[in-house]
Amino acid sequence: MSRVVASLLLCAVCILLALLRKYRTHVVSNPALKYSYYPALILLAALGINYLLTALGANKVYTFQQAVYGLSLGSVYALIALGYTMVYGIIRLINFAHGDIYMVGAYAGYYAVTVMHLPFVPALVIAMVASSVLGVLIERIAYKPLRNSPRITLLITAIGMSLLLENVGQKLFTSTPRTYPTIFKASYEVFGVSVDQSRIIIFAVTVLLMIGLQYFVNYTKPGMAMRALSQDRDAARLMGINVDRVISVTFAVGSALAGAAGILVGIVYPQIKPTMGIMPGLKAFVAAVIGGIGIIPGAMLGGMIIGVSENFVTAYISSSWRDAIAFGLLILILLVKPSGLLGKSVREKV
Amino acid sequence: MLRIEDLHVYYGGIHALKGINLTVAQSQIVALIGANGAGKSTTLNSICGIVRVESGTIEFLGKNITNVPSHHIVSMGLSQVPEGRKVFPAMTVNENLLMGAYSRRDRAGVREDLERVFALFPRLKERRNQTAGTLSGGEQQMLAIGRGLMSRPKLLLLDEPSMGLAPLLVQEIFRIIKEINGQGTTILLVEQNANMALSIADYGYVLETGKTVIQGPARDLAQNEDVRAAYLGG
Ligand SMILES: Nc1ncnc2c1ncn2[C@@H]1O[C@H](COP(=O)(O)OP(=O)(O)OP(=O)(O)O)[C@@H](O)[C@H]1O
Ligand SMILES: [Mg+2]
Repeated sequence: MSRVVASLLLCAVCILLALLRKYRTHVVSNPALKYSYYPALILLAALGINYLLTALGANKVYTFQQAVYGLSLGSVYALIALGYTMVYGIIRLINFAHGDIYMVGAYAGYYAVTVMHLPFVPALVIAMVASSVLGVLIERIAYKPLRNSPRITLLITAIGMSLLLENVGQKLFTSTPRTYPTIFKASYEVFGVSVDQSRIIIFAVTVLLMIGLQYFVNYTKPGMAMRALSQDRDAARLMGINVDRVISVTFAVGSALAGAAGILVGIVYPQIKPTMGIMPGLKAFVAAVIGGIGIIPGAMLGGMIIGVSENFVTAYISSSWRDAIAFGLLILILLVKPSGLLGKSVREKV
Repeated sequence: MLRIEDLHVYYGGIHALKGINLTVAQSQIVALIGANGAGKSTTLNSICGIVRVESGTIEFLGKNITNVPSHHIVSMGLSQVPEGRKVFPAMTVNENLLMGAYSRRDRAGVREDLERVFALFPRLKERRNQTAGTLSGGEQQMLAIGRGLMSRPKLLLLDEPSMGLAPLLVQEIFRIIKEINGQGTTILLVEQNANMALSIADYGYVLETGKTVIQGPARDLAQNEDVRAAYLGG
């Protein structure tokens, strides 16, 4: 019992160290520690978890496998959550149609693979482009005319758009679920654990997309314009930023990521149907809130947290709790830190 | 350089500008003073295409720019340093300055101007990788001015650059405004601090409830009885 407590304490310390901003800046100012901080933290956390598993007498192979599965599921949530958070950051809208954009991405990928017989990468590109175009069209047609309307009008429009897409989807794709063909069959042995290739592909593609997104947002002109616009719209206009264009770019990028999630989910959970976007959409939104809405790394973190915890709950408790965990976490975070894990309480200087 | 004729602006039912007439000549500093709510910021924002003009004309370098969308204004050589600084708080000093050059494509020129701004404000250079939200009020003002210069404007609009600053810093800011003007940038300066503004300006306008009511060479305005009573504390 004492080993359990000890290992839990160790894990808690790691989490605290990761979250404590003050301590981090202090440590980071020391060049010797700067580059070892995160690796050391991860190592420490891994030790703690390992210790805990031993103490509990758990099956480590199984646990590791579940963690990998959790990360691949979390990748999907994270990719969808990014679109929510980016759009929210720019126009303060919770785009309820975003889950359905993900659904359309899944279908676009499906047809690319089955009808057009394309390999994975071109199919991924098609899914991303299709979702991206759809996202931009939705913004132009439904949201842009409401630029100066109250936010509630916009929100209701988004819900309407979501219902419209689901119903058009039923008409176009029929409500019979379609099954993705198996694209990745292999599985690998990692530390004596067998891991499906498809899981690794999901995770790898997601990581690549996120690195790309970080580069886009931090170092390119449209990306910087996006950040500027989310921080101060009038000042952004004074810089000569074309607000409408940046909003379009935001929808394009966010929707493309959802499209990628759509095809990625298809290679692991092959059943797709027109209503498939509802639940993942909601959970991804929860992920965005948990990470701190409007904050890009927050959406990534939130998605992974939800994916992993959902998988562990399914594996160790019961699959009937699967959907409850996301919303449980949401309630917890709203009670403890309403601005989200990476969110800052808003401070303004006069 | 800039000519405004009989400008009218409404915010919904509020008639905020009721006939502004104003001219800024090349290489001058022109001061625009007036009480709170007189419509000074609204005037600047209608020049920049941020608020819609109901009637009247704004002409810049001989071109009619009335109601031209804001994203076309900057590249014409007109930029504004807004009231309350409005720096991008989560971006670094460097990034804020680069945003000022958003409308430009000449990378070499941008780098040159970055150095020029750092020469003007050495404090910003020391803090180039610090996020703007963590700067002091005075440093934020310097950043806002620097950002405004990064588009290499022919005409710079400054909205209350001395607001909330300690007297010493106010002097410093005004010295820099004169320096910027000396380097060839025309300036339209909105100020509450009428004394200071008129001391560096060539020409001045007094705004009262949406109308330009008094105008004249800055030195004359500083001597004008009405102006002194209303804005210069007797
Ligand atoms: N966005 C807005 N919506 C409605 N009314 C506005 C808006 N902005 C300004 N006004 C009104 O227009 C008038 C002029 O405002 P403006 O900000 O131009 O004044 P100002 O001269 O800059 O004042 P200050 O010195 O306090 O900055 C004020 O009566 C103000 O209440
Ligand atoms: Mg004002």
